[in-house]
Amino acid sequence: MIFDIISSTSFWYAVLRVSTPILFAALAAIVSNKAGVVNIAIEGTMLISSLTGVLFSAWTQSVFIGVSAAVAAGVLTALILAYFSLNLKTDITLTGIALNLFASGGTIFLLYLVTGDKGMSGSLKSLVVPSWDIPVIKNIPVIGEIISGHNLLTYLAFVSVIVVSVLLYRFPIGLRIRAVGEDEGAVASVGLNVTRIQYIALMLSGVLSGLGGAFMSMGYVSWFSKDMIAGRGFIALAAEAMGRGTPVGTMTAAMVFGFADALSNYLQALQISAELVMMIPYITTIIGLFIYSTKKKNNK
Amino acid sequence: MNKTGNSRQFEIIRTLAAVGIAMAAAVIIIFIVSKEPVNALYNFIVGPFTSLRRFGNILEMACPLIFTSLAVCVMFQANQFNMIAEGGFFFGALCAAIAAVKLPEITGVSVTAALLAGGIGGASLGAVPGILKAKWNTNEFVVSLMLNYVALYLGLYLMNTFIRDTNAGSKVSLKFQEGFRLPNIVPGTRIHLGIVIAALVVILIYLFLYCNKWGYSLRITGQNSKFAEYSGINTFMVILFSQILGGAIAGLGGAVEMMGIYNRFQWSALPNYGFDGITVAIIAKQSPKLVPAAALFLAYLRTGADIMSRSSDVPSEVISVIQALVIVLIAANSFLSGWKHRMLVKQSMNELAAEGGK
Repeated sequence: MIFDIISSTSFWYAVLRVSTPILFAALAAIVSNKAGVVNIAIEGTMLISSLTGVLFSAWTQSVFIGVSAAVAAGVLTALILAYFSLNLKTDITLTGIALNLFASGGTIFLLYLVTGDKGMSGSLKSLVVPSWDIPVIKNIPVIGEIISGHNLLTYLAFVSVIVVSVLLYRFPIGLRIRAVGEDEGAVASVGLNVTRIQYIALMLSGVLSGLGGAFMSMGYVSWFSKDMIAGRGFIALAAEAMGRGTPVGTMTAAMVFGFADALSNYLQALQISAELVMMIPYITTIIGLFIYSTKKKNNK
Repeated sequence: MNKTGNSRQFEIIRTLAAVGIAMAAAVIIIFIVSKEPVNALYNFIVGPFTSLRRFGNILEMACPLIFTSLAVCVMFQANQFNMIAEGGFFFGALCAAIAAVKLPEITGVSVTAALLAGGIGGASLGAVPGILKAKWNTNEFVVSLMLNYVALYLGLYLMNTFIRDTNAGSKVSLKFQEGFRLPNIVPGTRIHLGIVIAALVVILIYLFLYCNKWGYSLRITGQNSKFAEYSGINTFMVILFSQILGGAIAGLGGAVEMMGIYNRFQWSALPNYGFDGITVAIIAKQSPKLVPAAALFLAYLRTGADIMSRSSDVPSEVISVIQALVIVLIAANSFLSGWKHRMLVKQSMNELAAEGGK
């Protein structure tokens, strides 16, 4: 039965689709972690961006403005995180927890004010980012069915893996970000502004989280519903750890979690208790983190 | 004047200022979004005191918050950022519900057994990130957040499989047996014996943390685990035990809530008391003796917000703004630190001047 699922091309298509938000979020985690700032507010940032995308695309009837607004909201949230943790010296974990609480309640608050509904944005005519049939490749059997016809944001997520790699390892700002993460003191000693570099890293992290959030409400589904991120921002933190902070390793880990997520979606259609099946992505994450930490311990 | 008294005074002022700023922000938001802001504010601020039943709501809601925030205090004091209070509370409530449906009824023993089941349920959840962290240094924050979802779905599965009332229209459990209920102690409200249990647990956890070798080891490990290790403290056990204890307290809280307020299990989502417990613990500066006051404060805000959302056009989620601001401002080391600095300088100048005059 599971074999039937895994051998179908539509399942692997779904793996790419559900990996998208985790991948965006995991890239966001890489960029901030490299600068020595653990951004646990990615979950809340994505939630805020999801709602922003829906609201702006519904108001302006423009997909581009919707996605841009979602990204802007992501950056704004990252700036708030940066201000409190870097300027006011609040513990970054507590700031993250606070932002996640705020995102969870604040989005419901705003949704209710706009739509009069506390659960879903169904009454808003929001837009969806279009999907793309890749020329030539779409005609190749199996491969075409798996990698063609995805949402543009899905392609952007995989392109972002390359962009983030190049940015971190080929550009001066990438070097600075990594240097701050390695040794703040050394960076400060050559006259660079550590706080400014961390601000930039967190803003980039906000851009990527914003795109992940936009995908959730303007691609994955076509509406906003409360707490719709459902832990993906945290799963991404696990993916970043398992990928040892490298973009390609993290992408692989994100796709493993995407696989678990897709499997859970598929199994729900069968005669298996939905509750048990819904645990799969979360248990996979715990097992993944566990395997990662046992290996890390052995290597020491 | 002594230094400690001064900095404690400063901490109190800082906490009050943070709460004040957060409340002011909420008031501004209410004025922006509401068509009847005065009515909304009246219901929010004064509403909870307009009837005995509403006033009772504050105490009813403070009870679960006291448990979850004590759980958070114990884990945060050991420097374990474990979020299991949420899932532990839910899972403890479910374990107690199973006991209250399935176990035989024996006067006095029954309810204790249900509470014990809740505590064990919560403790077993807390043990998972605890063992992983203590033995393999796995990030307890992410593991516990994932485990919250597992607790939710596993709990719903167990409810559906073992105690679901198939005659009821929605997904709810069979009714609890009478002998499993925590008795009501204030007629006209739903305040139950659980509030007494909560008070006892506050005292016990305070004694554990501040008057006991184990609690001392826990706090030292939280402040500086390397130092603790070198002074011969078994940090492995502290890391593990603090999270098991945290899970147990949260689970006990869930059981108390279930046996005190409900007559059947009817939750289909996490009730959010665990995350509210974090807010309470931060307001209380992670000190058990301040937890009851902080829990009452948040319960008052929540009760007021519920009344406001029922009688005006402002949804109760406006509290999330207050919660977030209170957490970041209280935890912000630099918040008002300039003012503290000036205060210290002024004071020492005075002292110097006084000495010079002698």
